[in-house]
Amino acid sequence: MKLKLTTYLSAFAFSSIFVACTETNEKKLPIIGERATEERIVDGRTVVDTIYHQIPAFAFLNQDSVEITEKYFDNKVYVANFFFTHCPSICPTMQRNLLKVYEKYKDDERIAFLSHSIDFKYDSPSVLKSYAEKLGVTNEQWQFVTGEKKEIYGIADKYLVYTKEDQDAPGGYDHQSYLVLIDQQKRIRGAYDGTNDEQVAQLFNDLETLLKE
Amino acid sequence: MRNTLFSLAGISVLIGMLIFSCQPKVGIETAQYAVNGQKLYVTHCQSCHGPKGEGLGMLYPPLTDTTYLKENRKILPGIVKNGMNGPIKINEKNYEGNMPGNPELTNVDIAYILTYITTTFGNSTETYTQEEVKNNLVNCR
Ligand code: HEC
Repeated sequence: MKLKLTTYLSAFAFSSIFVACTETNEKKLPIIGERATEERIVDGRTVVDTIYHQIPAFAFLNQDSVEITEKYFDNKVYVANFFFTHCPSICPTMQRNLLKVYEKYKDDERIAFLSHSIDFKYDSPSVLKSYAEKLGVTNEQWQFVTGEKKEIYGIADKYLVYTKEDQDAPGGYDHQSYLVLIDQQKRIRGAYDGTNDEQVAQLFNDLETLLKE
Repeated sequence: MRNTLFSLAGISVLIGMLIFSCQPKVGIETAQYAVNGQKLYVTHCQSCHGPKGEGLGMLYPPLTDTTYLKENRKILPGIVKNGMNGPIKINEKNYEGNMPGNPELTNVDIAYILTYITTTFGNSTETYTQEEVKNNLVNCR
């Protein structure tokens, strides 16, 4: 379970070697996740379309108790992650790093940020509001959301991020510290360990690459 | 094999002490405590208080308020071991949060960490000794 994302990533690392040989210099990020093909008939001929893994529709409550859906992120590139406000271990480092990205792109409407709390018991919208303010988030570009347990943990699966309620984990929840990069078509284009400086630097680079696509 | 390990450990401690002793007025014991303290700091404190003790926004206060560290030297072991909450003023700003305790840390661990913090982020030049930790922990109950 924990290996899920890693497996995908390494599979792509492999396939990108082959892709890299055929493609021209123009750099593109991989598209991550399972893919399917679909046949269509166009002008009497069969065409095969590739269907990529996409983040499905969702609806959560944000720090202002306003419903936020996938529509908010339409035609935007966004970075999503999973955290909780009283997480003592990896979250502060992950959020410190995401804050750097936020500060660089503040007021740039092409980019948004989405932090899901996995502590559906404690992290009410007002708790998230105070957290966001204290972190230094001053506009709506970075959304902090909460929702039903089933919904939050379900969407984590779609981002290929492992999350679990676990009494033995620090703070009561176990989760991965990935910052997941989503493109304008809601496809996963990268995942970076938010506690690892090198991977965070890679996120800065990849974000630029994605914006140029 | 064992000898190599020992001498490797010896060499790295020496190098560490050298680095720290380049700073003026810090004795060799203090430097050694600070080297050990840095490792513990990374594991137990850095996520919230930051690699340079800079804190994080208004969520986690910095550890760079030299006056605070000096005036509250006696309660530092209690903060590390039992955690802390309620309003405090650090570098002229008001914070109010909740720091979890670290009951698993031993007195010597706490002495290492506090020596690291008070000499690296603060302006102390002295070791925070195990005895100091022990005595101040008794008082803070
Ligand atoms: C989960 C985040 C977190 C971790 C981990 C953490 N702290 Fe804190 N720390 C806080 C918060 C929040 C406060 C402020 C509490 C308050 O408002 O009363 C604080 C306050 C302090 C203070 C007093 C105020 C200041 O800024 O000087 C010291 C000293 C301190 N922490 C040291 C440590 C040390 C040493 C460690 C590691 C053993 C540590 N902290 C680990 C969150 C944390």
